[in-house]
Amino acid sequence: MYEQISANKRKTILLIVASVLFLGAIGYAVGLVWFSGPAGLVIAGVIAIVMSVSSYLYGDRMVLAASHAREVTAEEEPRLHNVVEGLAIAAGVPKPRVFIVPEGAPNAFATGRDPEHSSIAVTQGLLDIMNRVELEGVIGHEMSHVVDRDILVGTVVATLVGAAILLSEFVMRFWWFGGGGGRRGGNDNSSGGSPIELVLFVVGFLLLILAPILGQLIKLSVSRNREYLADAQGAMLTRYPPGLISALEKIRDAPHAMRGANNATAHLWLEQPSRLPGSGKTTTMEKLFSTHPPIEERIKRLQEM
Amino acid sequence: MIIWIVLGILALILLWVAFAFNGLVSLRNRADNGWSEIDVQLRRRYDLIPNLVQTVEGYATHERELFEDVARLRNAAMGAQGIDQQAAADQAVTAGLGRLMAVAENYPDLKASENFLALQEELTGTESKIAYARQFYNDQVMKLNTKIQQFPTNLLAGPLGFTPKPFFQIEDAARGPVQARF
Repeated sequence: MYEQISANKRKTILLIVASVLFLGAIGYAVGLVWFSGPAGLVIAGVIAIVMSVSSYLYGDRMVLAASHAREVTAEEEPRLHNVVEGLAIAAGVPKPRVFIVPEGAPNAFATGRDPEHSSIAVTQGLLDIMNRVELEGVIGHEMSHVVDRDILVGTVVATLVGAAILLSEFVMRFWWFGGGGGRRGGNDNSSGGSPIELVLFVVGFLLLILAPILGQLIKLSVSRNREYLADAQGAMLTRYPPGLISALEKIRDAPHAMRGANNATAHLWLEQPSRLPGSGKTTTMEKLFSTHPPIEERIKRLQEM
Repeated sequence: MIIWIVLGILALILLWVAFAFNGLVSLRNRADNGWSEIDVQLRRRYDLIPNLVQTVEGYATHERELFEDVARLRNAAMGAQGIDQQAAADQAVTAGLGRLMAVAENYPDLKASENFLALQEELTGTESKIAYARQFYNDQVMKLNTKIQQFPTNLLAGPLGFTPKPFFQIEDAARGPVQARF
């Protein structure tokens, strides 16, 4: 467990250094074309540092906001609060903040940077179909992610990748509407020559090509073993593996289409969320970002405990 | 030359003493922390009991004896000293509350009341928190006791004032289903 914690801290530092260097390189390249000087490098460096620091400090808030999660009080959701507090006691960590995501698909995730700054979010669908024992199984799994600092790596990756995806969409759209619209206006001179347009196109194109690499990056930083480990550790916390087994079976059998499914945060969830209805189906892009072991295999391993 | 070797060995021993001492201190603090968490949850349950009794009383007027029993058990548990006594007293409270909830089963109006449902959730939640706190405490105590008894830490533990802590145990009777008395 302590090895797990220090490995996760190392990974986070590595990720942040890599993304600062990467953004710096892009900024330098863009700056050479645009300003013919180091201004691009400075700007990109500042952006990269601000992004890394805020992904560490505010990553949990961004992830929660991106999932439309709403914090609930103990008065609103006594059962959920009691279960979260109980498992925090069992794990010997402070009680995380408790959120609900307005989605019908049963699912849950944990985020934050350490046990002192952590949050656990569950979907409304999960609350509706799980009994107390199953809920304890699910929260036990999430609590293990909190204890092992998996949440730190997961959240930093989610915000960095999320920012890259957002940036690429923004740039592509800007080029599409801004640049394309200008062409339609009939001004032939600007269609091929404007350096700004060219730079934006190249950056957007680069980021688009980058998507599979980003997916690979998530897979590398968030190994499948981590999910098995959290399953086992969560079952150790509740001392009752059948609770989590039954919860996973319900998740497997429920239609799991999620409106807000998002490639940048998919790895944080208990089970891979998908935009497609029907269990087990995922889009090609979602497969690219898939980090979850098959649910059947997870159930089997828990049964063998 | 020899003096340096001796000094080196002495430094190593001192280093080991420091590490072993710190390890023992942090284990003991975790166990103490676990104990105070049990205490917090037990107290929370004792605070719930008058509320619960009052609510059930409003519907089940003929159970005076049971209510008095539960109140007496609660007072006894609140005055309990030491871990063993606390564990025994708490077990009696658990049995009394089991009887109270079993009686409540006979009154459909009570079971349907919002106030009772909220209290029932609080009671279930608190009882599972007590169980988790006990689990955490016992885990920490086991680690501490093992460390204290293992060689070579056992050479240090006694002189430095570390003694094994008792587990928070429940008797076998309490593990079975609660017997309802009619």
